[in-house]
Amino acid sequence: MKPGDLPTMEARPVTNESGIEIKPLYTAADVMASGGDGLLGLPGQYPFTRGIHPLMYRKQPWTMRQYTGFGNPADTNKRFHYLIANGQTGLNVAFDLPTQCGMDSDDPQAEGEVGRVGMAVDTLRDFEIAFDGVDLERITVSLTINGAAAILIAMYLAMAEKRGYDITKLRGTAQNDILKEFIGRGTWVYPAAPSIRLVGDTIEYCAKHAPKYSPVSVCGYHIRESGADPAQEVAYALCIARAYADEVIRRGLPVDEFAGRLSFNFNCFGSLFEQVAKFRAGRSLWAQIMQEQYGATRPGSMWMRMLAGGGGGGLTFEQPELNIVRGAYYALICALSGAQTMALCCYDEAYTIPSEYAQRISLRTMQLLIEEMGLTDTVDPLGGSYYIETLTNQMRERMQAIMAEVDAQGGIVKLVTEGAIQAKVSAQAYRHQREIENGTFRKVGVNCYRTDEKAPEMEFHPYSEQDARAQIQSLDRVRAERDAARVQAALERVQADARSGANLMPAIIEAIKAYASVGEITGVLVGVFGRFREPVGL
Amino acid sequence: MTAARRIRVVLAKPGLDGHDQGAKVVARALMDAGFEVTYTGLRQTPEAIVRIALDTDADVIALSSMAGSHLPICRKLKPLLEQAGLGGKLWIIGGNLPAQDHDALRALGFKGVFQSSSRLDDIVAFIRTQLP
Repeated sequence: MKPGDLPTMEARPVTNESGIEIKPLYTAADVMASGGDGLLGLPGQYPFTRGIHPLMYRKQPWTMRQYTGFGNPADTNKRFHYLIANGQTGLNVAFDLPTQCGMDSDDPQAEGEVGRVGMAVDTLRDFEIAFDGVDLERITVSLTINGAAAILIAMYLAMAEKRGYDITKLRGTAQNDILKEFIGRGTWVYPAAPSIRLVGDTIEYCAKHAPKYSPVSVCGYHIRESGADPAQEVAYALCIARAYADEVIRRGLPVDEFAGRLSFNFNCFGSLFEQVAKFRAGRSLWAQIMQEQYGATRPGSMWMRMLAGGGGGGLTFEQPELNIVRGAYYALICALSGAQTMALCCYDEAYTIPSEYAQRISLRTMQLLIEEMGLTDTVDPLGGSYYIETLTNQMRERMQAIMAEVDAQGGIVKLVTEGAIQAKVSAQAYRHQREIENGTFRKVGVNCYRTDEKAPEMEFHPYSEQDARAQIQSLDRVRAERDAARVQAALERVQADARSGANLMPAIIEAIKAYASVGEITGVLVGVFGRFREPVGL
Repeated sequence: MTAARRIRVVLAKPGLDGHDQGAKVVARALMDAGFEVTYTGLRQTPEAIVRIALDTDADVIALSSMAGSHLPICRKLKPLLEQAGLGGKLWIIGGNLPAQDHDALRALGFKGVFQSSSRLDDIVAFIRTQLP
């Protein structure tokens, strides 16, 4: 039977979420028709479709980094040690909303939110407590912080230096992707231009002083959660990554001096094959962009190093125990996609901050893939599949088309500032929700295979007003004990550098070392930059 | 209410919670149902919510809360809404709301409490039933 004889027309039409029609069968002819295997190459070789390293997990499995943080730094420190004792190889820090929005725990707007969805952090003292006993060389730390990222990166570097680590060798990551924060997640502080400047300041500073530190993790993740399809998720993220690269290059830093420390964060829910193709396509597309558009010559500058995981948008409130199963498939997707780091949303996350038990199940899920399922035995195990290679080519083409559309409409910064991307993905989220409710997009336990059985008992994460008060008392103590004149001088320098356009990191680091608080430093910067005005529209 | 006047809804994101996907989806559903919807955007203080509700002559004050601070927010909002003469309006809330908090939310005056698993048509129907 020749490919042309296949009964494609009789089959039920299937289209993936990115809008690509899926055939009932793929052959070598489909790979050729979609562009061939010219971009396949070998792992560790340009354009890195099959992985950024030659040996991938054969040399080292992915880093396991569950998103964790709540209450006071001391509470979070305990959970960090619990996860490390259970085999976790990195930390991924959740901050409470006041910290993420650049407010101190005693800010009136912080009332009721201190330590609620993440760890409360006000001053360097809090980082000293949070990371106490954590070996920062063995355990790399990722800070999920955006609007307040420059301040928290400064805090991390100051804390590590105080503990005697060599900053030039210090590894770690900050999320620090403000443009996606305008699209979804919403922890912005300043308007777009100074926000991008701050991202540029962190990249430039780290390139010169902390060259192993990854100051930015560009997130398609939250854009996907906001309603983007998988191709848009990667395409918008790459547009954003280019915006940051442009900002740094504008300052005269050569691309090869910073691009190697840019990293990415992507989502993993949805069709398995579409996601695997998405990651492979995105990897080759980024390599092409860095080489062809930016003239990068170091392979590291072309690597799409990524955290893949989460999958929150795919998990369900109904029959929450099924989320354990979904999590296992999501982890499988990430492992088949060559992710450098993996984190999984826990089965109880539609209800509460994950319990230790739920966190351990997620961690064990990843460990199971390594120890029992053979996912680290060979590189890019799906490589060469007619379907995967065809889909990888098609996803790459879709991503390129989306990026070209963004460019034609004035670029990602303009579209995000105006709210155009937000409106587009939100309209898609609405359509998607309607499809779930009318049953055309199937969700097990939601619109099919429902049950009247009660959900299993959940261990609800308690919120402690007492802890919030203790955090404020601790901040008061730091304020009373610190050298007020040193704080004042440091904040004045932050203000002067914000006005002059100098790189703000040295001044912020000095302020942090003087135990100036997150809210105080943010307040000074808001005084110069103003606040972001959300383009509220639907 | 005359037949010509459409139901007016203020849909607010109180507190610092930045998860607005659900709120925007619900806002679109309410607009499709023929309601006049004012979506506030993020980080609204209780005072701002009251002001917007007054300015738009809202029939429904709807909150979206995904980050766990629904009870302190609703406790702050309730007296402000009442002082502003909005005690007779329909108050509803949706989002990540643990079942054990539902009675407390209803006791605070939020007649409609919608979990994140709620169906859009059920939210619309609830508002129509409450505001005949």
